[in-house]
Amino acid sequence: MSTVRKVLGAVLWYARELTGEAEYDRYRARHRRHHPHAPVPTRGEYERLRTLRRECEAPGRCC
Amino acid sequence: MPTSVMPESGRPAPEGPPSARSRMTPRSIVLWSAVALLGAVGWGVLALSRGEEISAVWLVMAALGSYAIAYRFYSRFIARRVLQVDDTRATPAERLEDGVDYHPTDKRVLFGHHFAAIAGAGPLVGPVLAAQMGYLPGTIWIIAGVIFGGAVQDMVVLFLSMRRDGKSLGQMARDEIGRVGGVAALIGVFAIMIILLAVLAMVVVNALAESAWGTFSVTMTIPIALFMGFYLRYLRPGRVVETSFIGVALLLLAILGGGWIQDSSLAEYFVWSPETLVFCLVGYGFVASVLPVWMLLAPRDYLSTFMKVGTIALMAVGVVIAAPTLKAESVTEFASTGAGPVFAGGLFPFLFITIACGALSGFHALVSSGTTPKLIQKESQVRLIGYGSMLTESFVAVMALIAACVLEPGLYYAMNSPAALLGPTVETASAAVKGLGFTITPDQLTAAAKAVEEQTLVGRSGGAPTLAVGMSEIFAGVFGGAGMKAFWYHFAIMFEALFILTTVDAGTRVGRFMLQDMLGNVWKPIGRVTWKPGIWITSALVVGAWGYFLYAGVTDPLGGIKQLFPLFGIANQLLAAVALAVTTTMLIKAGKLRWAWVTGIPLAWDVAVTFTAGWQKIFSDDPKIGFFAARNLYADAIDAGKLLPGATNADDMHTIVLNNTVDGVLMAIFLVLVLTVLVNCAMVCVRALRSAEPLPTTEAPYVESRIDLPEQRGSEPLVGAGS
Repeated sequence: MSTVRKVLGAVLWYARELTGEAEYDRYRARHRRHHPHAPVPTRGEYERLRTLRRECEAPGRCC
Repeated sequence: MPTSVMPESGRPAPEGPPSARSRMTPRSIVLWSAVALLGAVGWGVLALSRGEEISAVWLVMAALGSYAIAYRFYSRFIARRVLQVDDTRATPAERLEDGVDYHPTDKRVLFGHHFAAIAGAGPLVGPVLAAQMGYLPGTIWIIAGVIFGGAVQDMVVLFLSMRRDGKSLGQMARDEIGRVGGVAALIGVFAIMIILLAVLAMVVVNALAESAWGTFSVTMTIPIALFMGFYLRYLRPGRVVETSFIGVALLLLAILGGGWIQDSSLAEYFVWSPETLVFCLVGYGFVASVLPVWMLLAPRDYLSTFMKVGTIALMAVGVVIAAPTLKAESVTEFASTGAGPVFAGGLFPFLFITIACGALSGFHALVSSGTTPKLIQKESQVRLIGYGSMLTESFVAVMALIAACVLEPGLYYAMNSPAALLGPTVETASAAVKGLGFTITPDQLTAAAKAVEEQTLVGRSGGAPTLAVGMSEIFAGVFGGAGMKAFWYHFAIMFEALFILTTVDAGTRVGRFMLQDMLGNVWKPIGRVTWKPGIWITSALVVGAWGYFLYAGVTDPLGGIKQLFPLFGIANQLLAAVALAVTTTMLIKAGKLRWAWVTGIPLAWDVAVTFTAGWQKIFSDDPKIGFFAARNLYADAIDAGKLLPGATNADDMHTIVLNNTVDGVLMAIFLVLVLTVLVNCAMVCVRALRSAEPLPTTEAPYVESRIDLPEQRGSEPLVGAGS
């Protein structure tokens, strides 16, 4: 049972990392470290910034 | 600014040869001998079987054995001796960490990112077409090509870009070989991008034309992606995994729904002609590339990634469990005669340009020199990420080849020959296939189409339908039996179309950024990436350019795939020539002439292949191969008032003349551009070799790394670590 949970956990970890879902967690930690007094942007605000950033860069996709 | 003169800037080279510190243990000697043996048995069976049908498992074994050996030994040799990776040196991800562009990323995650970025529909199409020469030549090229060419290119470009804070290939070309070469490289990349998009879009058109099921399910991907986009933005911001699961579930429903639509009275609304599909795709390409990223591009990208990983894993399991037998001959007569119906020309050079992605793909150099190098945690990881990802893509190509070769050859040729040869009915197709030396009865053709619930499989060129029939054959053998064949066929079509539509969207954006960059030098406002009219104008230009070639290909009486695919293959491999030439020059400039053969040999091979192919495409007297020979033949016939085979009326004749002229001129432009880069590189190399002092390096200076990974404390110290 615990092996199954471990494998599922690993798969979920990988999927979250690969899709960038986990990015916000890191961003929040980083923001708290660098700007301890400023309010942290919410998840929604952060995701908007993230897609806005993608707007201005060429997507790296290939054949 | 040059900062120091030697590549090991600011730091002495590690003491002693690395090999002295990593002697193999008896256990690993046994293990690697076993791997070598496994691969050798696979190759042995492939080489020795003549005339009898063999199992695809041998092919898989030969591939995996070779990859393992190459990864363990050759990629390590390149990392240690040639590139001299140094894990005490901070990567740009560490030095310049900003949480946005630069941040050290777990190597397994980065492997996934990089693989998803390099692998698209390319490795699925080329091998299917190359199956015309039998499974053996294609297999040998895919495996040898990736080990000594493709994977080396990806890894070396990745490393060199990483040492320069993630500079793009174009920037490196400009910095290392000068302005002229840099500009030629830039224009070349843009032109190649256009052809690539046209050819991939043509694959979708050929797969969906006259198929209500396919058209419905692929069209549904647009509302599904839009739904995901809105869900992610307004309902559950950032919950990508959850959203992707919902998306994949909806996608499967869309495939099932397609089957239902096909049998209902709604079917006629989804049966579209190739020309209609062209206009839909062009319209889609424009709208998708100007819509905000969150609406369509991002969710589609998540869907593609999940489908990609899932289907490839499924395919690997399917091939191993079902262990299908290869029905194709190992080497067909078309390999020597060059008279095959799928693409014209002999084994050398045309096999090697037909299979580009999966063996050696120049396009990867663009990904390897853009985003990925900014995310690498430790220098030694370029092995896994650069070399390893490319080996994985190569394996995808091997599986595509297997899927094409499990088909009865008669069916394969009935699907992939140009429509002009096959004629309109199953009877004419059957007769045409017989003329090629293979047999399939009209009844068998009808039955094959019925099994996957398509109106017909005759003349469904482009690779996707063939791959889909092969995959349905393999999958149905493992999951669900013959009753599931139609589902798996449309699953495969959807899977490939999804990839391609993502590429159409992303590629149009890439092309637009390039065009904005170039035009921005002439007229400033158009270069601004946030100025809407600028975005619309440049997007329209890019879409118009590939749309033209798409339309020309789809309406080409001689068969667009046959005409344009060689152009795409040559273009892609020419880009590889640029990447390999730039990297070889950089190695020589860094005083590594001794090791320059590592990229120099694949470069020499690639130049020989592409320039021979290009030369033949321009100057061959055979109208089946030479663009201008065909042009002259048809132009003379127009003057004489005659109709030639392939054309049904005078308009067709003019179309053929025009298309061949455009393709021939384009081919010549590609060759001249790449030749400019090559000559420029050679001049820089000569200068570097003649110079008494080493030329200044463009590497970022050495900074000591503070990241300490547990894996490095193991028994095998990496170069430079702790010395």
